[in-house]
Amino acid sequence: MIQDVVSLRLPVDEDLRIVKNRIAPEGSTEGMKRICIVTGTHGDELEGQLVCFELNRFIQANIGHLKGIVDIYPALNPLGIDSITRGVPGFDLDMNRTFPGNLQGSMPEYIAAKIFEDIRGADVCIDIHASNIFLREIPQVRINELTAEELVPLAKHLNVDFIWVHSAATVLESTLAYSLNMAGTRTLVAEMGVGMRLTREYGTQLSMGILALMAHLGIWDGSVPEVREPIVSVDGKVEFINAAKGGIFVSHIEHWKDVRKGEHLGDIVSPLTGEILSEILSPCDGLVFTLREYPVVDEGSLIARILRM
Amino acid sequence: MERITVYELESMYRDSFRITGFRFGEGEKTMCIVGSMRGNEVQQLYCCSQLVNRLKSLEARGHIAEGRSITVIPCVNPYSMNIGKRFWPTDNSDINRMFPGYDLGETTQRIADGLFREISDYRYGVQFASYHTPGRFTPHVRMMRTGFESVEDAKSFGLPYVLIVDPVPFDSGTLNYNWQIWETKAFSLYTPETTRIDRISATRVINSVTRFLTRIGAITYHGRAGHQSDVIEEDHLISIQTPEAGIFEPMTEVEAQVSEGDLIARVLDPYEGDVRCEIRAVCDGVVFFRHSDPLVYADTVVCRLIPLGEFKPLRG
Repeated sequence: MIQDVVSLRLPVDEDLRIVKNRIAPEGSTEGMKRICIVTGTHGDELEGQLVCFELNRFIQANIGHLKGIVDIYPALNPLGIDSITRGVPGFDLDMNRTFPGNLQGSMPEYIAAKIFEDIRGADVCIDIHASNIFLREIPQVRINELTAEELVPLAKHLNVDFIWVHSAATVLESTLAYSLNMAGTRTLVAEMGVGMRLTREYGTQLSMGILALMAHLGIWDGSVPEVREPIVSVDGKVEFINAAKGGIFVSHIEHWKDVRKGEHLGDIVSPLTGEILSEILSPCDGLVFTLREYPVVDEGSLIARILRM
Repeated sequence: MERITVYELESMYRDSFRITGFRFGEGEKTMCIVGSMRGNEVQQLYCCSQLVNRLKSLEARGHIAEGRSITVIPCVNPYSMNIGKRFWPTDNSDINRMFPGYDLGETTQRIADGLFREISDYRYGVQFASYHTPGRFTPHVRMMRTGFESVEDAKSFGLPYVLIVDPVPFDSGTLNYNWQIWETKAFSLYTPETTRIDRISATRVINSVTRFLTRIGAITYHGRAGHQSDVIEEDHLISIQTPEAGIFEPMTEVEAQVSEGDLIARVLDPYEGDVRCEIRAVCDGVVFFRHSDPLVYADTVVCRLIPLGEFKPLRG
């Protein structure tokens, strides 16, 4: 059933509606567990769209196996998705820095408060992000170290390749995931693919993982595929490679591949002069789990992240 | 006056990115003033340019105190300003969320680091700032409560109000917050405008900075005394939301004193022109913030009042 999470009037002949699709077994749902699948907080991240589509289709086709409530929120920032805008159009705000929101605040803060209240109390929430347009990411779950003990065991069901337990940063305390976790609603942040694009295999991979997690929670009693064993890592094992010069990045490697220390990862080149401005070598043996997708780089632009092995 | 390059970054197809500063006097690093941090902060750039102009004149007449130095950085983000974009041209990141910066990090982290290394050891820091929600503010000094804020110093600007706010998590990357953490007494100065030049309010803010510099003995310049500032906690401001969306028709200006029930604004039907709702003052007060866009969303704050009478703010 399609339900409004929040609806408000826009200035000229339009209502802004943030909606969810509630899928539940027939009859009373009292006492049943609830899982929320949310995505589209950043208007330029679309990978979650495919996950929402596949879950919707699969669960509804096999509704007899559903033993709890599934709320699917495909677009927390519909104006952003429609206008290919990462933040909330008309405001200089990243929506994922406004949670838990404020009913007395500006429009994005008001919406954030309504969304937060709607999700709060669920048994688990999966907040799906893509990368931005600049970087490609393997399917992964990112977990704040403050909540790692409780969330890492859950994340292992999600069929991702990698779980990154990162340090607590004050600035991240305004995210949906942090706010929900602090309110007692266990929330996992999944990140995969690249901005403004769909990666079909990743969408299927995570959809299967969400079904597996639902089975673990007792929300799904159908058969689920065996999930892959993710690599679990902490900040100290991740090497960041940033551009030493501005120019055009030309990759010499493939994403999610083993590299050896000193291996040639790519070059930053000058189309104007034909020079190689910077040769990029791997600082360690490891796995490239983040790789630059957008070729234009400034000094400092992130080129790759390598998980040291 | 010495013109200095505070930070420089080479680019593939554009001229180098440069942050340029203007240093007056020599000796103790007394005050640093930073102007536009975002590409649409034209008023903040204008304020700095006029401040540089005035300090040049004062220096020529020997009014900069011996042993004190003042640095003005009119623009931290000329790349965005030159293409009419608020945030960083490529990745849309906000330099004012990257402090204290990181010299091995992403581009805007490096810019923040390069700037902060140069300006983190001043006694006083001033930023001409803008807000993320479109609107006009009463000129005021804004301070974050970090434990290092100095209300008495803030009153020395002589602006009508000093506003004290509790930082929220995303403030932890701002220049103002990090200045205070590194023990620079930091103040953000707001004027009504951002994208357009308002000469009158710019002059008020420039006067407030030279007044402050006089009071701390950094310059000898006897301008007007200014206001005896009221000190307000942000929590004490009264927010008024519109229940309707449409064309926003303001009926008052910032700094206006209103009585309970006075008409502050109307929201009109954008097709038929009917009045969809009237926004009225919920208490006696002074208009501190007013929405400025001609269109308005429903359920959003269009006015913030400084309550008077029984809610009268503390006089610091």
